[in-house]
Amino acid sequence: MLEIKNLVVEIEGKRILDGLNLSVNNGEVAAIMGPNGSGKSTLSYIVAGKEDYDILDGEVLLDGENILEMDPAERAVKGVFLAFQYPLEIPGVATMTFLKAALNAQRKARGETELTTPDFIKRVNAAADKLEIPREMLRRALNVGFSGGEKKRMEILQMALFQPRFCILDETDSGLDIDALRVVADGVNALRSPDRTFLVITHYQRLLEHIVPDTVHVMANGKVVKSGGKELAVELEANGYADYKAQEAA
Amino acid sequence: MADVQKFKTAAETGLAERFSQARASLPGDAAARATAFARFTDSGLPHRRVEEWKYTDLRAAMREAAPLAGKLDDKAAAAAIAGATRFAEIDAVRIAIVNGHVAASASDLGALPAGVEITTLSQALAEGHPLLASLGAIPEAADNVAYALNAAFMTDGVVIRVAAGAKVEKPLHLRFVIDGEASATATRTLALVEEGASVTLIESHECADGVAHQPNDVLEIVARDDTKVEHLRIDAHGDAALALSTLTAYLGARVAFDTLNLVTGPALMRHQVYMTFAGDHTTGAVRGATMVTGRQHADTTLYVNHVAPHCESRELFKTVIDGDATGVFQGKIAVARTAQKTDGKMMSSAVLLSEGGTMNNKPELEIFADDVLCAHGATCGQLDDDLLFYLMARGIPRPEAEALLLESFLGETVEEAVGEENETMRETLMAPIRAWLSARG
Repeated sequence: MLEIKNLVVEIEGKRILDGLNLSVNNGEVAAIMGPNGSGKSTLSYIVAGKEDYDILDGEVLLDGENILEMDPAERAVKGVFLAFQYPLEIPGVATMTFLKAALNAQRKARGETELTTPDFIKRVNAAADKLEIPREMLRRALNVGFSGGEKKRMEILQMALFQPRFCILDETDSGLDIDALRVVADGVNALRSPDRTFLVITHYQRLLEHIVPDTVHVMANGKVVKSGGKELAVELEANGYADYKAQEAA
Repeated sequence: MADVQKFKTAAETGLAERFSQARASLPGDAAARATAFARFTDSGLPHRRVEEWKYTDLRAAMREAAPLAGKLDDKAAAAAIAGATRFAEIDAVRIAIVNGHVAASASDLGALPAGVEITTLSQALAEGHPLLASLGAIPEAADNVAYALNAAFMTDGVVIRVAAGAKVEKPLHLRFVIDGEASATATRTLALVEEGASVTLIESHECADGVAHQPNDVLEIVARDDTKVEHLRIDAHGDAALALSTLTAYLGARVAFDTLNLVTGPALMRHQVYMTFAGDHTTGAVRGATMVTGRQHADTTLYVNHVAPHCESRELFKTVIDGDATGVFQGKIAVARTAQKTDGKMMSSAVLLSEGGTMNNKPELEIFADDVLCAHGATCGQLDDDLLFYLMARGIPRPEAEALLLESFLGETVEEAVGEENETMRETLMAPIRAWLSARG
């Protein structure tokens, strides 16, 4: 399970997370909602291991182990996966080369044998077909020239391939049309399992109609200010974030 | 002796002594050699107050003049070639040049493709071969000290003639190997590609690490009208070598010329390219990928001269600098008044991996025609942290993530030079890049 305790984070002297507490059980899909600037993306980067932040206090525990001292690659080996809001384009690195390097690096670090090329290709193709990703895209440089929707699908393909235990989806719905949203949501739902945990970060309830969460947490001003069941998302959609912003101002 | 006295360093004095000892036994026109050597005696070794050598102080770098390498017997030459394994597998017509001399026994001179004629330079010089008239097609090079020293000392090399219309499918691979104690070599190769012919020339340069060899190699390419010439050079000299090399490319009309220089090796390298567009509607691409670490120093200096109209030149250079190493890129594009409609683009990009690394970029444009399109750019930076984070977030450890990004950075030059269809050649060229990156890891 994932436990975040009293996390305090600044960037260039500006406080982004201010004593955030959150606990997500194995098998749980937790939605994180909140207005712009509430610290949602920072939370996802901190869990994945981005270095640009000053962590002043707190812990991020995966099954009781604090991961804050680990580099991003070590965290990935532990099963952390961040589906980026803006997946990066890497010119000159073929998608297949990247996928193979990543999968084999993770397997190697876990003491598993590296996959043979035919076995690897079989797995990638199966995942690509489910996500309606054309094979031709896999031969191109990673994310270069891909549309927003294609990039998001490529993130989910990686998730399907790596089979991580802790998945963070950072605004995976942004930039997706309704058909692409359904494909992506189906891909995520297929990965739901009792030993896999999801943090789904989104502004809108729309995504949560397709990926139905077990719990919903509202972030404002760098903290979780309210937690509840999936009905909380519906309530937010109706009333907006005004109440929470008002609380901040008060 | 008057000349000798004005020299300032042991290396300069040493070069003069070596020349006076060797001159009687060197083949060919003794007067021409003396003239070439006089250019050196006039100026000595170039140093940082000489504008073109500002970033590569050869006088300071060259402590002494290594003795000239002697010609090895067949058995020793074969052993040297057998010991050089890195580029042995390239599928090509092989011409082995060991310690500055053609090793016929380790070459395929007896089985040349149709339309290709090869004579050793030593023989051509001795008999005054008519093809030698094509040497020195770019007169500006003659004033260059590295080129002049080569002209004074050149022992051997090959003279290649590709007959008009010949489409040579198999590449010609010049395998330069230096073996034994620290020595100086001076080779010169001439490739005359006649009208309508096409050919690929590969050069690989190897010698052992830790031995202070001083190779000085010149390749002169004369590409007549309607030819297609590809040139791939791999500089894998050992880490103590001081390597000087000069490429001259004299291009006729409607020529497609490509050259790529891949550098992983020497302590000090200066690679000079003189490319002259003498005929119209010609394209010339000069590319390079350089990897340096420790205290290595790699200098690429270009002199691109557009004389004829409607030509296109492309220069793309990538440099990766680690440790306390230094990279230098000097690129000069001159466009004469006669070269209207010239289209020139020059780009040099460097990635600095360490605090101690240095990159010097000096692009220059000298344009006298008024209807041209010329651009140059130079960048210098570090690896992109966001890209590294993305790769690492997928479980790829930092050294491998860096290697992946650097491979793609450097690989662009290979992709452009070789194209997608020739996978074998691309892999051959990527191999030294990958080896360098994994040694770094």
